[in-house]
Amino acid sequence: MNALSIRDLHKTYSSGFQALKGVDLEVPQGDFFALLGPNGAGKSTAIGIICSLVNKSAGSVTVFGHDLDRESERVKECIGLVPQEFNFNQWEPVGEIVVNQAGYYGISRREAWKRAEESLRQLELWDRRTLMSRNLSGGMKRRLMIARALVHRPRLLILDEPTAGVDIEIRRSMWQFLTDINRQGTTIILTTHYLEEAESLCRNIAIINQGKIVEHSSMVRLLDQLHSETFVLNLRTKLARPLEFPGYPVKQLDDFTLQVEVSRDQSINDLFQTLSGAGVEVLSMRNKQNRLEQLFIDLVNASRNGGTE
Amino acid sequence: MNRYARYRVAFQTILTKEILRFSRIWIQTILPPVITTTLYFIIFGNLIGQRIGDMGGVSYIDFIVPGLILMAVITNSYANVVSSFFSSKYQRHVEELLISPVPNWVILGGFVGGGVTRGVVVGITVTAVSMLFTDLNIHNYGWTLMVFVLTSVLFALAGFINAIYANSFDDISVVPTFVLTPLTYLGGVFYSIQMLPTVWQQVSLANPVLYMVNAFRYGLLGVSDIHIGVALVIILLFIAGLTGFSLSLLQRGVGIKS
Repeated sequence: MNALSIRDLHKTYSSGFQALKGVDLEVPQGDFFALLGPNGAGKSTAIGIICSLVNKSAGSVTVFGHDLDRESERVKECIGLVPQEFNFNQWEPVGEIVVNQAGYYGISRREAWKRAEESLRQLELWDRRTLMSRNLSGGMKRRLMIARALVHRPRLLILDEPTAGVDIEIRRSMWQFLTDINRQGTTIILTTHYLEEAESLCRNIAIINQGKIVEHSSMVRLLDQLHSETFVLNLRTKLARPLEFPGYPVKQLDDFTLQVEVSRDQSINDLFQTLSGAGVEVLSMRNKQNRLEQLFIDLVNASRNGGTE
Repeated sequence: MNRYARYRVAFQTILTKEILRFSRIWIQTILPPVITTTLYFIIFGNLIGQRIGDMGGVSYIDFIVPGLILMAVITNSYANVVSSFFSSKYQRHVEELLISPVPNWVILGGFVGGGVTRGVVVGITVTAVSMLFTDLNIHNYGWTLMVFVLTSVLFALAGFINAIYANSFDDISVVPTFVLTPLTYLGGVFYSIQMLPTVWQQVSLANPVLYMVNAFRYGLLGVSDIHIGVALVIILLFIAGLTGFSLSLLQRGVGIKS
């Protein structure tokens, strides 16, 4: 069974702006799914419709087999949402925000406090439970929204840019936390502008642009589409003269740094043999650009130019 | 857990949250109406009232007590819901409710319940203060309580509708200033409509607050300018109409969904 199925979803706002122009999407149960797209592509509108925050113009949404139009309460029971913007009461204590959210799902106060303690401890917020939420740091506010979204134990967790503005240490701990709950069976849909985040966490991916899905596949299959990768090599010794390697487009960035493009049918071993043969010793190597980022830019540009429909 | 047990927990959650909200800021929510009404009792009841004499068969201070209590109830029930619901829209935490499996009637019930609770708390406090100025011999406890609560429900509903349509903090003060206050002051709080020329008596009958003030005055003092049966029917009709309208606004997502 799919965790989420969307068919021919349309949304036209009262201003006349068409945010979604027939979106079809399927997210398998248990998946860690990335929904990517540039700003204004329609990601938040699609999430808003799935979570009953935005009225759709046409199309259907089914969550774990429950139709949003006919069984909206069952759909809502299945979903937890971590929105892009902070949307909790700034004058309410942290613990009460989580407990009240549980109450809206019919969870008794005693049970709600138990669950709140569990998730607030996991997200390192339990010590702040009596603090007014407005006094939390940005990273803590993001974690509070995750704790709130999980208190009713949803089967589908939707995270709309959950790590925006969060420092790298907290971001990594959030990644670990999300990976753990995904392993425990929660399906996760993630939107993010950090493409390395999507690449390292997600198994399947959809890219949306101008209200349409322009790519929908597994992460592995998508990354296979890369025709070449560009690597940056840091060298041990200074280059005495400009080098040329047949078959590998090379650019010298400075005396100790080379940029080399390797196509899909070439091997890195061959490259290193060629470099060794020329007396070049490589200290370290990294991708010039995140692989997904490169593909993302190509796909979005292609869809803008009408190349992908 | 069955569906209705779940709804009960959700209702209690919203109601408790609302009560905590106005209790935390009691200096802004409970104290001001008590001070204002005390001033009315001192100035209009004691100082000016002694020179006015009787009105509607009772002393002037006794005559204005029901209206002043009800005025506090009306203002506070309305203000609680309009400010709380608009604030939840403004800070977007209304989304916590919209994404949850809470039916619209439970959301409405929770917010109205919060408004009614504040109205009742303020009303009881003002009634206690009024007893410092006059001996209240309540004519009909059951009727008094019923009108007290129904009026509170009616204006809590009105506050909810105002909050749904409001787009700024200015919008939540427009109705109280330009509609609610004139209707209350012209609703027979300080005078009997028998004092007005016939034509203005007829115009006054279009004011719904007049029916509530008189129905409440009947409960407290046993006197009324209006037939109390008519007053009760009008209050109930308003409540039914406003409830239906509020639920339809929630169903369509007016002011809360794109």
